[in-house]
Amino acid sequence: MNPFSSGTRLRDMIRAIRACKTAAEERGVVRKECAAIRAAVSENDQEYRHRNLAKLMFIHMLGYPTHFGQMECLKLIASAGFPEKRIGYLGLMLLLDERQEVLMLVTNSLKQDLNHTNQYIVGLALCALGNICSAEMARDLAPEVERLLQFRDPNIRKKAALCSIRIIKKVPDLAENFTNPAASLLKEKHHGVLITGLQLCTDLCKASEEALEYFRKKCTEGVVKVLKDIANSPYAPEYDISGITDPFLHIRLLRFLRILGQGDADASDCMNDILAQVATKTESNKNAGNAILYECVETIMSIEDNSGLRVLAINILGRFLSNRDNNIRYVALNMLMKAITVDTQAVQRHRATILECVKDSDASIRKRALELVFLLVNDSNVKPLTKELIEYLEVSDQEFKGDLTAKICSIVEKFSTDKIWYIDQMLKVLSEAGNFVKDEVWHALIVVISNASNLHGYTVRSLCKAVQTSGEQESLVRVAVWCIGEYGEMLVNSTGMLDIEEPITVTESDAVDVIEIAIKRHTSDLTTRAMCLSALLKLSSRFPACSQRIKDIIIQYKGSLVLELQQRSIEFNSIIEKHHNIRSLLVERMPVLDEATYNGRRAGSLPGTASASNGAALNLPNGVAKPPAAPLVDLLDLSSDDVPTPSPSGGDFLQDLLGVDLSPASSQSGTIQAQKSGTDVLLDLLSIGTPPARSSSSTSDILSSIQDNKTSSGTLERLSSPSALSAQSSSPAGGSPIMDLLDGFAPNLATQENNGPSYPSIVAFESSSLKLMFNFSKSPGNPQATTIQATFTNKSTNIFTDFIFQAAVPKFLQLHLDPASSNTLPASGNESITQDLRVTNSQHGKKSLVMRIRIAYKANSKDVLEEGQINNFPRGL
Amino acid sequence: IHFVLLISRQGKVRLTKWYSPYSQKERTKVIRELSGLILTRGPKLCNFVEWSGLKVVYKRYASLYFCMCINQDDNELEVLEIIHHFVEILDRYFGSVCELDLIFNFHKAYYILDELLIAGELQESSKKTVARLIAAQDSLVEAAKEQASSISNMIAQATK
Repeated sequence: MNPFSSGTRLRDMIRAIRACKTAAEERGVVRKECAAIRAAVSENDQEYRHRNLAKLMFIHMLGYPTHFGQMECLKLIASAGFPEKRIGYLGLMLLLDERQEVLMLVTNSLKQDLNHTNQYIVGLALCALGNICSAEMARDLAPEVERLLQFRDPNIRKKAALCSIRIIKKVPDLAENFTNPAASLLKEKHHGVLITGLQLCTDLCKASEEALEYFRKKCTEGVVKVLKDIANSPYAPEYDISGITDPFLHIRLLRFLRILGQGDADASDCMNDILAQVATKTESNKNAGNAILYECVETIMSIEDNSGLRVLAINILGRFLSNRDNNIRYVALNMLMKAITVDTQAVQRHRATILECVKDSDASIRKRALELVFLLVNDSNVKPLTKELIEYLEVSDQEFKGDLTAKICSIVEKFSTDKIWYIDQMLKVLSEAGNFVKDEVWHALIVVISNASNLHGYTVRSLCKAVQTSGEQESLVRVAVWCIGEYGEMLVNSTGMLDIEEPITVTESDAVDVIEIAIKRHTSDLTTRAMCLSALLKLSSRFPACSQRIKDIIIQYKGSLVLELQQRSIEFNSIIEKHHNIRSLLVERMPVLDEATYNGRRAGSLPGTASASNGAALNLPNGVAKPPAAPLVDLLDLSSDDVPTPSPSGGDFLQDLLGVDLSPASSQSGTIQAQKSGTDVLLDLLSIGTPPARSSSSTSDILSSIQDNKTSSGTLERLSSPSALSAQSSSPAGGSPIMDLLDGFAPNLATQENNGPSYPSIVAFESSSLKLMFNFSKSPGNPQATTIQATFTNKSTNIFTDFIFQAAVPKFLQLHLDPASSNTLPASGNESITQDLRVTNSQHGKKSLVMRIRIAYKANSKDVLEEGQINNFPRGL
Repeated sequence: IHFVLLISRQGKVRLTKWYSPYSQKERTKVIRELSGLILTRGPKLCNFVEWSGLKVVYKRYASLYFCMCINQDDNELEVLEIIHHFVEILDRYFGSVCELDLIFNFHKAYYILDELLIAGELQESSKKTVARLIAAQDSLVEAAKEQASSISNMIAQATK
């Protein structure tokens, strides 16, 4: 031992690390070793370089950073001896990957080593190149590798073949250079070369169509012959695995034949006999044999049609499926998925077995089987299959329920023939696994229920029964609550009894009980509770006797910390208390929901582009409309008080309003979380509340407003858009209440229209006491500059004095603040302060505006400071 | 084959070989996810786990899990056979291999793997050939060591 060496031997280090009892101890040892190695690296120590690298590899495997060793690899590779190179290349493959730039430095050494006289060194270089080469290295070194494909030693040829695979994967255009040498590898006797040559040819076929044609012509017969020889070969101890000579070679031959035969009848014909022989003669009691059979079946399925062979293949799969070995069953299920496109009938015969596999204890098998069942379902077997699956849902593992539920739901939706069956199945799924059901699914269910007018009574009664036993399933509860709200009187009066139903007696207070339980259950989330409140409001008019009790329940949420619930509670309470005359109209049953619109929307999953163009068209006239400062909630009151008894058509509109009244809540709440849930609620209610009268264009408009409902301007747009539409289409004399209500917008429309490009105003900032609106205008000819008129409104009941507004912008913006109109802000939104801001955007067209603001004032002689960031500027400012 | 992993029953990594590019961070994540997935599976279940669009074929030998990650449409049964092939070669080389052999001679295990797989593809189906190639390279190393020690002896004697 060298007395100057400070390091320990590799073996000692591993021992020391293994002796560590705690992670901290281990870290200590590793730190010490790393420090020693770093020191050795900086001293450029030669003698122990390879040992240090070996240590580093071990440390790397434990998950510690080892980047400082990368250069050491390169040094070792560049040294002359085989042992150094061996460890150097190993380090290179372990510590580096193709994306590191250090790797480029090794190209030269690799080139030298590929031309080395020692074939083992050539082997090392090929191995490293094959495992980690990058595209650039592939280009640089491809000629060397190509040459080595004809090297005298077969072991180098096989390494070169695999290396070529990596090269053509990285640089597919190099494929043609390799086609000829690859074809000559197929004529070899050496198994290693054959295996790698076949692999290379397979990959070449994937990379280039020409290579495929070439091999098809030149090699098909040769490969068939090789397979014949190997399949009939006598016992060969060197390659024997459980009685079969070289299953690896078998499998690669079959795989290559599959590629040659796919889409080519002649080539397929050529291999029929040997495939039949392999399929019938191969022993299937060991894994190796089964692996060959499996590959053979796949080849038979993929090549051109030969019904005899296919029967053989399906039979093999049938045997696999009844095998007791889970691995074999797994691959059988996997292969049947492919077979189903070839021969559905044959696969259907195994339906019972497959269905059993769905209930297997092994998650991998269950998953495969479920996918397969999903493919097996057709119109004739959907009912029994669904029944089986739903029954299994009751006993399945928790973690499997998600998958299973999703699949059942999509089967039921896809194949439902009659509505009652659909509703029944969905109710079963909801009662079993309602917590796993996605939102779209129960939304769709509500749409269907709404359309099935003859089943309303039946559905609401079934739901009422179901919710009593499975009240913990959130989405079941939601559907039930919605239906009770809508069809509550059918529940009580037992209207629309079907023959199959057992009569039940539900009193009005029972129905209210159901909702009360749902709203009070601690697991219920915001959406459910919000839906409960709406349902209660509806019931209050349907069950006059329970009105007082409902009011009591609603009023409990007056102080809810969740703004959404609080607002609903207060609004609904005032509807119940004050507005008897319109209440019944307000809570009329939802008009039948438009299935086509809903489905179309689901399919397009928020048709962003369509709504964008639509929305833009609508934005221009009314987007600039300066909204009245009064909160929207007032609109609701306004409509109820000032509008003379609404005409029946006005009922729809009011319902709209009721649906929309959520959005200011979500914009007020401001915080992202509340916003998110608010949007959910919105989506739910709005999508469900879409009246049929509305054309699809305005539905997408609703969507766009949901998307950008960060500001209440979206809502305003929506509110005013019908008026804009009706103003354009209907005669101006149409003095409908809608027009009256929104008349206020009309002047704005007229004045703003000819003002060139215009931008909607936004609510830039809103807190519980203060609201800040921005109006934008641009002077023509200077696109970079924008004038913003800021309007501050006091929402609280205190007067604000010493009002100061400050704003800051990033460097690419320039900001100039004009003096404010006043520094006192009267209470309750009676008056507002305006202040002009001029912004110049030096990155106009690239970046949009952002601004940070601070507002200071005195309220009740207390200093108040509010801060915020504004990110919702319209684009293009 | 995208990567090869050897994990002990305690979740310790004994060997990793990546044939597809994974960053260091992804590697750690993959190892953590897979050891959670595989080590918890019961003994009678099948040897395949579906994982993020790929399949992992694993087999347990004593306290070690040998895992190989493959594409959806690769032959799972064959990969099982490759794992077994690898284990048999290790067994022959070390003479009834155990986990400790692989810990202390991890580099040798890598050398063997490199003779078996390149670029994630099988290279050699003969155990004998692999053994012969490894032996030849080992003897090259031995020869170089002897030479080095004899040279250092000469230097030592000359400087005495």
